[in-house]
Amino acid sequence: MTRAEPSPAQLPDVVEFDDVNLAFGSTPALVHVSFSIRAGETRIVLGAAGSGKTMLIKTAVGLVAPDSGHISLFGEEVTGRKESQLYGLRSKVGILFQEGGLFDSQTIAENIAYPLLNQYVVHQDDKVLPPEEVDRRVRESLSFVELEHTLDKFPSELSGGMRRRAGIARAIVTAPQLVLYDSPTAGLDPITANTIINLILKGRDMRNTATIMVTHRYQDGHLMANFRYNPSSGKIERAESSQLTTRFFVMQEGRLFFEGSEAELRASTDSYVQKFARPGSS
Amino acid sequence: MFDFLKGPVETFQEFLFLSGRAFRNIFRSPHYSGDILLQMDAIGVGSLFIVSLIGFFSGVVMALQMSRALATYGAQGQIGQIVSITLVRELGPVLASLLVAGRNASGIASELGSMRVTEQIDAMRALGTDPIQKLVTPRLIAMAVVLPLLTIIADFLGLIGGWLIAYGMLDITTSQYWSTAWRALEYNDLTQGLLKPFLFAIVIALVGCYYGINTTGGTQGVGRSTTKAVVVASVWIFIITSLLDPLFVNLG
Repeated sequence: MTRAEPSPAQLPDVVEFDDVNLAFGSTPALVHVSFSIRAGETRIVLGAAGSGKTMLIKTAVGLVAPDSGHISLFGEEVTGRKESQLYGLRSKVGILFQEGGLFDSQTIAENIAYPLLNQYVVHQDDKVLPPEEVDRRVRESLSFVELEHTLDKFPSELSGGMRRRAGIARAIVTAPQLVLYDSPTAGLDPITANTIINLILKGRDMRNTATIMVTHRYQDGHLMANFRYNPSSGKIERAESSQLTTRFFVMQEGRLFFEGSEAELRASTDSYVQKFARPGSS
Repeated sequence: MFDFLKGPVETFQEFLFLSGRAFRNIFRSPHYSGDILLQMDAIGVGSLFIVSLIGFFSGVVMALQMSRALATYGAQGQIGQIVSITLVRELGPVLASLLVAGRNASGIASELGSMRVTEQIDAMRALGTDPIQKLVTPRLIAMAVVLPLLTIIADFLGLIGGWLIAYGMLDITTSQYWSTAWRALEYNDLTQGLLKPFLFAIVIALVGCYYGINTTGGTQGVGRSTTKAVVVASVWIFIITSLLDPLFVNLG
């Protein structure tokens, strides 16, 4: 599989936020948030705890409804839709939740198969995937995150890093066009964290997906911005400048306080932005 | 002025909203029959021993305590009637429901609460599943089927407990005990004896699910939800029985 590289201007917006506002009581979660992202692009969302990073992801797929503003996914309006009308749109999106979100009463194989088996509910038809096709895709997805041996294990039997990798396998098993990662490396040691980022990079570049990644670690964003997976060599390589499609957001109290490239992030003189713009920052 | 009522009214409104959706889903696809059977097993088979035990001993205690009062009027022979009416009308449904509330409302609230705080419920929604359809409706159906059955078992074992005391300690013959117990029961008694656990089941399942699904505040929040679910479900059991009793007493 090679990475498609049409001119960014030709690509439609995968996600678009237009003046989105959300508050819980008097606490603002999102304030006048506007941005858009196209296929193959990556957004790294940095910011202090409680600055609205997770809400950005949850509102993007309609898990939380904004108080005002408009959100569209793949050109279709998310805001104002009933829950059942969002299932079709959500099936094009993969999400890795901060807590993993794996169903602890199901085995890893059942967890990964869940989005595939649920397609008939999502699309409200009777097309159920044949069991052998489900099994093939589950194994393929688990093999991608190098967890083939955990098929019959339960999430509680896996380590934190393995659960996160299983979460990635579930997020990408339906080959979504947009993948949202909420703190994929939180609480992991640096080596496991780098493994996770490499898997995310690989998933992004193999399928040319749009990616939004919330993280506390500047290093995660640095890797996502400067490296790419080369399908022909099967290795992670440093990206050429023409392949840089990653931009950084820094959120503060619900606002997109900063938006720019990695170079702009590092050049910023603002003390709040600087906190997130150096290795080891969080 | 009435700001203090805002919270409870909002909670009740949300509870009614959840209940409405749970009932509506009974008639909508998809139906998670596997989950219904699993819940029937967890609630019914899981509670069978404790409900049987309490049912049996409530019959024993009832017969022992009432025998002394009845002896004053020389009416010890009517012990079967007293045990049967009290158990079938009130004690069987209420005791079985309180036990199931303590055991399963807490279980439901903590299970769904844990799912909530570990984002499993959000994941479910993100993967195109209605959590009310998948989690609440199966528990509602399972509880509504199983609790009346548990009550019947508790009633029957209570009658056996009463018979053991009547036969062993009060010198009442087996036929006298069972015939007075049987004759005392009217359709009115059986109706309320089954209607009550059915209504209690709905309350227990929905209260447990409501507090579980609305859990916030991490693991501490799960603990709070569990406690609230048991307390609120138990209080509602007493409120409902107090509201139904005058109705059936007047009918009888």
